[in-house]
Amino acid sequence: MAESSERSQFIKNLPKIYGLYTGGFIVFILLMAVLEQLGVSAATIGVLFVAFTVVIYAVIGWLSRTMQVDAYYVAGREVPPVFNGMATAADWMSGASFVALAGGIYFGGHGYLAFVVGWTGGYVLVNSLMAPYLRKFGCYTVPDFIGTRYGGNLPRLVATVILFVASFTYVTAQINASGTIASRALLIPFEVGVWFGLLGILLCSMLGGMRAVTWTQVAQYIVLIIAYLVPVIWMSNVQGFGIIPHFSYGDAVSRIAELEQLYGVGMAPAGDPEVRGVRILTTLHNEPGTGMASWKFMTLAFCMMTGTASLPHILMRYFTTPSVRAARKSVSWSLLFIFLLYFTAPALATLTKLQVLDPNLATGIIGKQIEEINQLAWIQNWHDVGFLAIVDGNGDGLLQVNEFFMRPDIVVLATPEIAGLPYVISGLVAAGGMAAAMSTADGLLLAIANALSHDLYYKIIDPNADTKTRLIVARVLLIGIGILAALVASLRLTGILGAVAWAFDFAASGLFFPLVLGVWWKRANRQGAVAGMVLGFLAGTIYLWYVYTGGTPWLGIDHLRFAIIGMPVSLVAMVVVSLMTEAPSAEVQQMVDDIRDPSGTTILERT
Amino acid sequence: MADGIGSQGRNLHWRKTRNLTIWVLILWVIFSFVVHAFAKGLNGMSFLGFPLGYYFAVQGSLAIFVILIFGQNYLQDKIDEEAGLGD
Repeated sequence: MAESSERSQFIKNLPKIYGLYTGGFIVFILLMAVLEQLGVSAATIGVLFVAFTVVIYAVIGWLSRTMQVDAYYVAGREVPPVFNGMATAADWMSGASFVALAGGIYFGGHGYLAFVVGWTGGYVLVNSLMAPYLRKFGCYTVPDFIGTRYGGNLPRLVATVILFVASFTYVTAQINASGTIASRALLIPFEVGVWFGLLGILLCSMLGGMRAVTWTQVAQYIVLIIAYLVPVIWMSNVQGFGIIPHFSYGDAVSRIAELEQLYGVGMAPAGDPEVRGVRILTTLHNEPGTGMASWKFMTLAFCMMTGTASLPHILMRYFTTPSVRAARKSVSWSLLFIFLLYFTAPALATLTKLQVLDPNLATGIIGKQIEEINQLAWIQNWHDVGFLAIVDGNGDGLLQVNEFFMRPDIVVLATPEIAGLPYVISGLVAAGGMAAAMSTADGLLLAIANALSHDLYYKIIDPNADTKTRLIVARVLLIGIGILAALVASLRLTGILGAVAWAFDFAASGLFFPLVLGVWWKRANRQGAVAGMVLGFLAGTIYLWYVYTGGTPWLGIDHLRFAIIGMPVSLVAMVVVSLMTEAPSAEVQQMVDDIRDPSGTTILERT
Repeated sequence: MADGIGSQGRNLHWRKTRNLTIWVLILWVIFSFVVHAFAKGLNGMSFLGFPLGYYFAVQGSLAIFVILIFGQNYLQDKIDEEAGLGD
């Protein structure tokens, strides 16, 4: 009783607690700015930013420790919608969104904007088809829904396997990102950075499960959104692009189009930069194609949207709200908080590109003397770490657009320096990137460990396990999977973004239709669901293997969009097999009716 | 039934919910796919100083998704309350 009234007091105080936290973080930024003025080195400020924020997250994780099943798996189902929205936004926006998205837009032009549209539009599907119904169901994990709706251990097991593959692909990319940022900010080798990142991630999640992850994710959202917006708005004001750049960069888009024509963007690189991962600008900023280009835009957006609606670490955030209505509300807040970053990224990409290209701006470098450019501090800093390269291909001493090589990540990381902002902003950006990578890794690791401990261990292997054993197993799995992911991440197999897109395609191929039809089609049965999951997932995976090993993509469907193959197979298999076998029992059909009714207790509480 | 509104009330509630969902998904298809398929043509028009096709991909569609979800939830709450199934 004492505990529960203490908890409700805590929930009531949340706005005050996070208000103070935000104020404290701003004071910390100002303090760092003062230290910079006093002559403290840039490296020290970077270390302080990353170390201070990670320690705060760890403290929140420790304060949220619990030994209750409900608190560990679904944060006690007491998270208010606005806070769940922030936690979901942090859970959602990965190190890749934070660091690589603006760079992708810079280099990828209109075609790349399919990611921006896809990663926001997916929430319409989450809200319409999934979140309220899964919340009503009252499950702890996504395979828990599949297992109970379709009955039997086989669907539960298959769903757990697909969840594992999709989330594990994603989490290695996040641990890779947190390792990269930690190694750069703390000046330690990448291999050590990966383990430092993992330690921070586990401190946030191990003691308190979903409850701890929820409250650290809210804290991480606040850091990451401040760290994304402040540099862009400050840069815009310093460079005279307007007070709020988002509404006024239309002119910059047209100016870039003029400059692209003037410079002949699209030419082959002039020479070999001899640095891995850097590239020149070849795609026009705003040149939407027709036909094939249009098809590629739509298929990519479609895969990212359906993947969003099938990824368990996102869906399980909506299990933590007090009611069905609160679950829906928190989807709308989630998307609003995500929107803040996603509509800033294209503004950042456009304005940074203009600053680099436009000879009328003080920051412009194209067309200037290479000797002069090599003296610029930001060129030297990023050249030293292999993020950019300059090659005078035609030997005229001037920098052409096809002689300037850089890594896409630079657009976010170096913008403060390009625009001549103080170093404290760069430290802030590093803390934001760390928050983004850690929060997503936390959610993913927990999704995997919870599915293995709840669905595989408790529901299939040992249904008589007591609470204490279950929670210990959950934590052992969390640590084990974290270590496995860090080992894989330290091998550096794929770039950050490739692996992220794959996770969406895996989830959409195997889980989308079994989840949707479980609510929307009463006739869907166990055999159909198993066929849909297994065949959809296999078809997508085999196609990925085919393309990845050098096969010619069919209709432009490359490794980023293999769910376009997996999903139709999953749908057809599920419908055909369901219709060929017996209809689900009257109780199951009644259960589906109950899912559709937003009022009353959850389905699982009744049985 | 368990909640005392009878299966007829529940069926009506579900029909309305389904219709709302279908409308939301139609708008979703338009702003996710249709406008971007015609981006080249729409770029001939200008909105707030942006080429329109570009504007949809960087802000317009995104903002519409946000409004769409808030709007859907407002209407869904009304449907639930009318059926006596609010919580």
